[in-house]
Amino acid sequence: MNLSINWLNDFVSTKDIKLQDYCDRMTDTGSKVEGYEVLGGDIENVVVGRIVSIVPHPDSDHMVICQLDFEDGNEPTQIVTGAQNVFEGALVPVAKAPAKLPGGVTIKAGKLRGVESNGMLCSISELGLTTHDVPYAIEDGILILQEDCKVGDDIRDVLCLNDAAVEFEITSNRPDCLSVIGLARETAVSFGRPWTLPTPVVTEAGGSIADYLSVDVEDGNLCRRYAARVVRNVKIAPSPKWMRARLRAAGVRPINNIVDITNYVMLEYGQPMHAFDYAMLDGSHIIVRNAAEGENFRSLDDQDHILDAATLVIADEKKAVALAGVMGGANSEIKDSTVTVVFESANFDGATVRIGAKKQGMRTESSGRFEKGLDPENCMPALERACELVTLLGAGEVVSGCIDVYKGKKAPATIPLEPAKINHFLGTDLAPDYMERILTDLGCTVADGKVTAPSWRADLESMNDIAEEVIRIYGYNKIESTPFSGAVTAGSLTPRQAYKERLQSLLLGMGLYQANTFSFVSPRNIDKIGLPADASERNSVVISNPLGEDTSVMRTTLIPGLLDVLSHNNAYGTQSAMIYELGHVYLPHESADELPDEPLMLALGFYNAGDFYTLKGMVDAILTDAGLSRIRYASCKTNPTFHPGRCAEVFVRGNMKIATLGQIHPTVAANYGFNQPVYVAYIPFEELFAVASFKKQYKALPKYPAVTRDFAFVCQRALEVGTIEEVIRKAAGKLIEKVELFDIYTGDKIDADKKSVAYRLTFRSPDHTLTDEEVTKACDKILAALQKQLGIGVRG
Amino acid sequence: MKEQLLQIKADAEAKLAAVDGDAALEQVRIEFLGKKGALTAVLRGMGKLTAEERPVIGQLANEIRAAIEEEIAEKKEALKTAALEKRLLEETIDVTAPGTTFPVGRRHPLDQVEQTLCDIFRSMGFTIAEGPEVEYDTYNFQKLNIPENHPARDTQDTFYITDKVLLRSQTSPVQVRVMEKQRPPIRIISPGRVYRSDAVDATHSPMFHQLEGLVVDKGITMGDLKGMLETFARQMFGDSTKLRFRPHHFPFTEPSAEVDVSCFVCGGKGCRVCKNEGWIEILGAGMVHPNVLRGCDIDPEEYSGFAFGMGIERIVMIKYAIDDMRNLYENDLRFLSQF
Repeated sequence: MNLSINWLNDFVSTKDIKLQDYCDRMTDTGSKVEGYEVLGGDIENVVVGRIVSIVPHPDSDHMVICQLDFEDGNEPTQIVTGAQNVFEGALVPVAKAPAKLPGGVTIKAGKLRGVESNGMLCSISELGLTTHDVPYAIEDGILILQEDCKVGDDIRDVLCLNDAAVEFEITSNRPDCLSVIGLARETAVSFGRPWTLPTPVVTEAGGSIADYLSVDVEDGNLCRRYAARVVRNVKIAPSPKWMRARLRAAGVRPINNIVDITNYVMLEYGQPMHAFDYAMLDGSHIIVRNAAEGENFRSLDDQDHILDAATLVIADEKKAVALAGVMGGANSEIKDSTVTVVFESANFDGATVRIGAKKQGMRTESSGRFEKGLDPENCMPALERACELVTLLGAGEVVSGCIDVYKGKKAPATIPLEPAKINHFLGTDLAPDYMERILTDLGCTVADGKVTAPSWRADLESMNDIAEEVIRIYGYNKIESTPFSGAVTAGSLTPRQAYKERLQSLLLGMGLYQANTFSFVSPRNIDKIGLPADASERNSVVISNPLGEDTSVMRTTLIPGLLDVLSHNNAYGTQSAMIYELGHVYLPHESADELPDEPLMLALGFYNAGDFYTLKGMVDAILTDAGLSRIRYASCKTNPTFHPGRCAEVFVRGNMKIATLGQIHPTVAANYGFNQPVYVAYIPFEELFAVASFKKQYKALPKYPAVTRDFAFVCQRALEVGTIEEVIRKAAGKLIEKVELFDIYTGDKIDADKKSVAYRLTFRSPDHTLTDEEVTKACDKILAALQKQLGIGVRG
Repeated sequence: MKEQLLQIKADAEAKLAAVDGDAALEQVRIEFLGKKGALTAVLRGMGKLTAEERPVIGQLANEIRAAIEEEIAEKKEALKTAALEKRLLEETIDVTAPGTTFPVGRRHPLDQVEQTLCDIFRSMGFTIAEGPEVEYDTYNFQKLNIPENHPARDTQDTFYITDKVLLRSQTSPVQVRVMEKQRPPIRIISPGRVYRSDAVDATHSPMFHQLEGLVVDKGITMGDLKGMLETFARQMFGDSTKLRFRPHHFPFTEPSAEVDVSCFVCGGKGCRVCKNEGWIEILGAGMVHPNVLRGCDIDPEEYSGFAFGMGIERIVMIKYAIDDMRNLYENDLRFLSQF
């Protein structure tokens, strides 16, 4: 909402308040100011001058030399211009050097092709205006003034440019403040000064509206009030300068007197008005009804619409002439030839207007206001003001009588005034009569300990609302801060939240950077990581109104996002990268109306920072930190995202899968622009947390020495060392403490299909020093089991 | 003999002074103290002495032996020290040569700030509540006093899954979920991802992070809200931080306020960060609307409360002077390694 200060001053005088102070105070009391503009503020030293003589320029065939008289007792001023439309005796705007024009232009005295020129004659565009502002002007010539002005007048006064526009950001609960009158009221209360709201006076010219029009409203809930007047003998013309200037200050383009009146009243009263051409009606009966399903309608911006029954229309006996509260129809638009006009000032249900406008994809100034819920009591004053302006502008004759179908009158809300409760709630100590005064000034009626809200304040419903009215005028910043007391609460983390933090500390300690990627992704991500057509990851939560395909489904796996991040860094030349993301995936249920599961997942990965065993070491660290032991790795050749020979699944508690890790399949890696190996591990956080255990119990340090024995075995190359280790552990008995693989050898000292694996076995007893015999016995058992179960023996 | 002994001592001392290694030292020991050494040779002549002389010379000889032995030991220690010093000098390295790189990961700046916020609020007794990001319309809007077709829905262009299910456009639905389950006193914060249908540019993102706070108890006042936010702001932005409250409208709080902090870059004098205003808008807050309390079966006559919310991206961007929001989601290590 852009407010013209000149317009505001019609109702409340603010001439003594500095603009910045005005803006600050209005923001403090709840009408937020986004900024302000001093109109014409960038114009300096431009005055009205009379052209007394014109002679051709000696060295130019398109320039002329003008002598300008300012009737200031001085000699005429010489100015050279290239314009063709000047003539002797014309009054023109003259930028007298030195002068300033919009856009930071400065005019200095100088010579044009050798002839002295002491300024510039201005066109409308040089003054920052258009033909909408000055309808009689031409675009490509000097502005020949037709205003009521004298030589020497400041052009800002002549063209009503001496105004300021303050831009307010009005919240959706205060549609009453989307008007000059609403803001005048707020201004008066904010600055504690009086204001006046004149009652419009309509000059009726005879006739009877009953001979022109009758109105039926089908549903009083959807159209609470419909008021109308008829104006005859209309003369369409530009509206006067002052009206155009005020519209311009409010950011509205002047069109013609009738249309400008509807806009002027909307801005002044906050009531959207509609004017339509009476001659275009079929019959004299107006019906406010729901549209027929599939009804056709062409709006006055020449768009065709197909309506449905949820949309409210204004119709004559045969056709819709307006989308109620949204836009008029092309069929009844005001034209230069219009002679009889119907002014409509109605109140439509906000939700209905909103739905109708949304369905037709047309938000208008009018619909934006109606959908916030307007005051039906405002219809009549606005209509009267419009007709008052018709007479004032000489735009036509107002037919006697008016139509007012008011089916939706509602009793105003009444709220108890409880000053003690309000003070307690706010933490203030304000006098009850101070509260009363603020409320009364805002338009409330206070009587018998009750506040009756004015009709334009449908937002006032409860004690909290009353408290806000009081405190915003008193000043939020004057409330004294207090430390809040009450029961002591502990700001502790849940075990899950604590583990989340612990896990991340570990990841950071291992050198991984944390990434944060979008939750919504492209459905093609699943193809990109090589998953088949029937992969469960394709079953995702789908956004019905996405910004684009790339962000159209909620992620079901973090792997593509992680690969994107690694790929981005690789593409930008980062030598190596280690990244993790701990984030949610969204797993839908059968019905899309049911909320999906949102488990937390951990994905980590790297390139140029190690190999499979680096990754495995990280996973080991995570699982060990979570208090897990007996971790089993099994090779996995069937996960299409990973290299079939370099992928493992990790199991704990027997067969509970807790991680997948490996080198990304080269084909998948290539999809992300990698020709070097990329490694990724994927761990479901919820499962990990479920099995994690942080119970610690002290175990006495060993009192007796350990005994170690080293063995090298020869086996088939393909045999996994995990299998060997399992056999060793099972056969070793109680005394085994550690099984460490310290070397794997393949090479020319051994058969090509064989490898040698070397283990260091550590034995210890908690209650005595082991004898050589005991250890040998345990080793023999191990060797026998290896021979029997795997057919492998000690390397000779 | 006495002279002979004293001469031996003097000779030994002279020779020891010239010793420059373990071998030479051993040589000196043998020469003076060995079985065939000088001292032994003199002592062999003890028999010729008188009974009176014998103990005197014997004592002197023992003293001289002890003295030489001590000097040899000292010399040995000195040689050892010198040898060590020499070796250490040879082991000198170039300490200005680069160290072995040890990878240290970093937390994403959004998470760092979120964690700082959480720490501050936890120290004030707030616990962290979590709620779903794919949420019912009821929780995101209706139970927050934003009925269908309410114009406030326009300010939050929402991604929908179905008519009933959406991507939450604010963290506020967590308030409702907490109040439905928990009776006052309630003191929670809820950080998390939220979604709005804004195209990506330098200052907009369709996904961003908010932190929501809620306090409900008997006798909570608007003064309490101010006091709590001031404590928070001083911890977050520095001890001299001031707050400014401006009336605003949120459907789920009444009264509502937008809250500015004095610019922590210029201290309120005006600079580029605060656009010369001296203030930075940082959060929205207000007293919980009685309709919201009632909807969660909490009697507004008995209890009152306040709620507040802030955008984490905004704080991160101001704190680190980041001018393009897209940096926060690209996860470029050249960016992440700066924090």
